[in-house]
Formats: sequence, C-alpha cells, structure tokens
Amino acid sequence: MSDFRYKFAEHRSTLLAAVVFVVMFCIYAGNHEAGFSANVVQTAANKGVLLALLAVAQTFVVLTAGIDLSVGTVFILTNCLASWIVVGSPAMTALGIVGVLAAGLVCGAINGAIVIFGRLQPIVTTIATGAVFFGIALLLRPDPGGDVNSDLADALTGQLWGGIPASLVVLLGVMLVIWLPFRRSMLGRSVYAVGSSEVAAYMSGVPTQRAKFVAYMLSGLFAAMGGLMLTFFTYSGEASSTNASTYTLNSIAAVVLGGVSLFGGTGSAVGAIFGALIFRTINDLLFVFDLDPLWQPLFLGVVLLVAVCLGSVRLLQIRNRLDFFG
Amino acid sequence: MSRNDTTSSLRSRLPGFLQGVDTAVVTAFACIVVLLLVGSLYSSSFLSPDYLLQQLQVGSFLAMAATGMMLVVLIGQIDLSLPWVITVGAMMSTAAAGWGPWGPVIAMPVGILFGMLFGLVNGIGVAYLRVPSMIFTLGTNAVAQGLMVVRTGGAAPQDMATDSMHFVATGRTLAGIPNPVWIWVVVGGAVVFLLKRTTFGRSLYAIGNRERAAYLSGVHTQRIVVLAFVVSGGLAAFGGVLLAGYSTKAYQGMGDPYLLPAIAAVVLGGTSILGGRGTYLGTVAGVILITLLQSILSIIQMPEAGRQIIYGVTIVSMLLLYGRSARMRT
Repeated sequence: MSDFRYKFAEHRSTLLAAVVFVVMFCIYAGNHEAGFSANVVQTAANKGVLLALLAVAQTFVVLTAGIDLSVGTVFILTNCLASWIVVGSPAMTALGIVGVLAAGLVCGAINGAIVIFGRLQPIVTTIATGAVFFGIALLLRPDPGGDVNSDLADALTGQLWGGIPASLVVLLGVMLVIWLPFRRSMLGRSVYAVGSSEVAAYMSGVPTQRAKFVAYMLSGLFAAMGGLMLTFFTYSGEASSTNASTYTLNSIAAVVLGGVSLFGGTGSAVGAIFGALIFRTINDLLFVFDLDPLWQPLFLGVVLLVAVCLGSVRLLQIRNRLDFFG
Repeated sequence: MSRNDTTSSLRSRLPGFLQGVDTAVVTAFACIVVLLLVGSLYSSSFLSPDYLLQQLQVGSFLAMAATGMMLVVLIGQIDLSLPWVITVGAMMSTAAAGWGPWGPVIAMPVGILFGMLFGLVNGIGVAYLRVPSMIFTLGTNAVAQGLMVVRTGGAAPQDMATDSMHFVATGRTLAGIPNPVWIWVVVGGAVVFLLKRTTFGRSLYAIGNRERAAYLSGVHTQRIVVLAFVVSGGLAAFGGVLLAGYSTKAYQGMGDPYLLPAIAAVVLGGTSILGGRGTYLGTVAGVILITLLQSILSIIQMPEAGRQIIYGVTIVSMLLLYGRSARMRT
C-alpha cells in the first residue's frame, strides 16, 4: 500500500497533465461542429505529435539540468533533409529515413560533445549550434519545396482500422521502444542522477559524461523524428526560422506544463507529451470558441505565463525565508 | 585552475594597468584586431574612419540591448523577452508620436517606459514568484508579441518615427561622431559607474555568485533583481526607439535578429552566463566583435546560410578558446 503511495507521488505531475489534457480535449471535441469524430481526433493527433516529439527531445536534456535551444532548428534541418532523401523505392526511402535519423543523432552528438568535453554552458552552446544547423537547413532548401514518399507519408498520417490516428501509434511505438527501456536502464537512471546533482552523481561513480552524451544524442534523435513527421505532413521541406523558434519555445513550454523541472532530475517524457498535447489543445480551443485570431498570440502568451506561475504556489509552504533561494 | 596559474605568471610581467584586465577581454580585443585585418584584405575602405564610425553607429543599437542583457546575466538570469521588448519600445514610441501636440516630445520616454514596465513584470516573476527567468521571460516575450499584434491589427497605427527620433539615431552633432555612439558612451559610462561604484552594482555581482549568501549579508536581493530587469527592459526598449529612428519606422519582429547577438556579445565579452563575473569593457568588445563580424559577412556578400554557419562556429570556437568552465574534478 505504501509502495503505491510512492509510485503515485512520483507520477503525480504526469497524471495531472494527463487529466488536464483529457478534460480540455473533451471540451474541444464536444464543441467542435464535427463532434468527437475520427477525423477531428486525427487532425488533432497529427498536430500534437510534432510538438510531442520535440517535447520529448527537450525532456532528455532538461532532465540533465541543461536546456536545448536547438531542438527547433534540428527539427527544421531534418525536415529539409528528409524532403531530399526520403523518396523513391521502398529501399531508398528506408535508407533515407535512416539518414535523417542519423543526422539528428549527429546534431545531438555535436551539442553533447561541446557541452561535455568543451565544458561550455548548454544554453550558449545550443544557441550557437542552432544557428549552424539552421544555416545548413538554408543551404539544403533555400526555397520551400521538395518531395517525400507519399505512400509512406499517407500511411503514417492517416487512420488505422477503427479510426485510430496512425501518428499517435507511431508516437506510442517510439516511446515503447526508446523511452521505456531508457528509463529502466542504468543509463536512464544516471541521467536523472546527473540532473539532481552532478557532483554527487560523479562522486558516487555514476558515468556522468556518458549519461549526458546519450541524453543529447537522444534529444537530437527525437527532434529528427519530429522533422521526419513534419515532412510526412507537409510533403515538403522549408527552412523557416519562425517555425524553428516557435517549436523550440513551445517545446520548453510543453516540458514545463508536463511537470518536468527545468532544474533537472524530475519529470518524465510521458508528462512532457501530455504537456505538448495540452499546449496544442489550447490553440484548438481558441479556434473552436471563435476567439478573434488577432487575440490568439496574446492569449497563448498569458496562458503560458500563468502556467509557469502556478509552480510558485509552493512558495506559500516555505517556512524558512532562506529556502526561497533554494 | 592550472590555466589561471599560467596566465597569472604571464600577467605579472605586464605593466601595472594591464594586470587587472580579464583574459577574455584581451582575447576578444585581439579577435577584433584580426577581424579588422581580415576586413581590410577585402576592401581598402574597411579601415577608413568613416566606415568604422558607421559600424559603431550600427553597433550602438546592439550595445543598448547587450548592456541590459549583461546586467541580467550578471545576476545569473537571462532575459529572453528582449526581441519583443525592443519591438515594444519602437512601436510604442512611434505610436506616442501621434498622441496630440505633445506626441513628438513624449515619444521616446513613452517607448522606454513601456520597456521598463515589461522589465518590472519580468523582475517580479523572477524575484518574487521564483520562476526560472528563462521560462518566465519567454512568457512575457509571447505576451509582448501578442499585445503588439492586437495593437497593430486592431487599428491602423502610427508607425513613423518622429524627426527628433531620426535625428537622435542618425545625426552627427558633436565632433562628427554619430549621436548613437555618444549615447553609447554615456550609457556605458553610467553602467561602469553603476557596476564599480554603487552598492547596486556590487550587489549584482554578489547575487550572481550566490544569492543566498548575498541575502544573508543584508542585500535586498529581490529588489535588486527587479531593478536589474527594469533597467534591462528600459535599455532594450531604448535600443528599439533608436532602431525605429534609424529605419524611420517600427515594424513587427524588428527585434528578432537581436536576441542571439546580444547574448553572444555578453558571453563573448567574458561575462559568465552563470552570473557573478564579467566587465563592461568585455561587453563593449563583444558588441564590436559581433558588429564587425556581421559587417564583414555582408561585405563579402555571404548568403544567409553561410552567415548563420560562420556565426555559430565563431561563437563556439571563441568560447572554446576562453569561456570554458572548470573541470568537475577540481
């Protein structure tokens, strides 16, 4: 029984995010003119999965108490790359996908190498590498365009039997194959340990460098999956700096909404996914309730601001003023 | 640690006034000299006083933003609301120019005031609500953007800069040196005084080193943090006002290209991104460095893609030269 209580406490923020999302989505679907139909769910899922993948990418690095401001540009870079190489026969397409994912891994490895072996701060490093990644994306696609294997794209963005959106299944599959084993592995626990206290982790013999490196690589990999999915949705590549920065910022917002601490060491990628879905649903709700499009950016900003302030409720419980400066 | 030992033995051989200078600042200035040489290879007019003054003029807009950013970085925080606070400054000053007969007079103060208002919100969020500045300023950035979208979309706004704003940003009143450069000198002097001679400045460093310790030694840390953000917001908005005067109008997203260079200038100038360490001379070097780099890239007509790549690679390699943090073992 007490074991259950600990488990509950551990996953409380994830559960909270999930409940909030379900409630919000029900309000959304209930007020949508097409109702709770498979098409509504499919559209919402396709838009949500993109941000969800980036939120997971961000989670890996945030868990190590770092931040990755280049997830958006890796996302755009791999989108541009995919619009070149994920075409042709099934074999060619498969090779192209491997290439895109490898590119993401390389981007993550570069970030990780600079942060770990170059001993630079993650925030500055990823701002700079983000500029480089975006430059390469511009080289690949000076103008929007390109193509993608449309059979595969349709399959991955369409519906399965029973109206289940395929993109959600992809997300679920990826999480089962990568996140779950990672979370249960020694390396996964090391990432959490590094985020809680790097010095303590180092002193207790945790392979801190390897853990951080893997976290950055996985971040790049998930950002590349996002880029790949974006190509499947749009059938093209576009080096848009607005998209890059919007997705980076939204990935951070999603992570915070999903209960992952920016100070590192707590939270889970599942929570971040629900955070991403919540953030997307806010957008959809504004649409359903017919808010003037002019007011939407302001409303989203205020929601974001209020959401991050919710965490300060804990300040009310502080007895010793020194704990303020934790 | 060992790196510092070798530099300190080198340093003892230098003349007295140079011994206190930061390694990072020296490296940054050395890089500026290299950039000037590289630039003069491409164009003979690169080293002409007029061209260099023009670069300083363009750089002074960035300098305003970077100065505010530096104060915030010194306390170990970051101000990511800079892009839209710059835009707010530009848009509200041009808007105020249309408010009745007093419009042109109050235009500039109004722009700066709105910037300080956003800084105040940032400061309260960071100091009193204890939200990490990275996420809170992102939020205010989004709110600022939303407000400006509503404002410009709701009614056709006045977006032309007044003649006086144009004059302040482009005129040359004293000694043939552009006005913004003089403004930079004044603002820079004020900040140096603030950092070196006032308790406010000393408190910034103390908070950046360890906020808890600063609090325990009697610093009103929360007030200081709020003040730092207010100054940062005001300076960013002032940069926006100058920018609007320079381009004679305010437009959406005009602050977006300034976030990365402002942070880069501060960090390249040797200010630790973790707070507590850095000199204003370094930030000056950083701003000049970034401005020269941008100008060389535009002289050789490098396409945007190449610019971004060179830009990122330069920042990383320069930081690898002198911005590395200590090894954990020590």
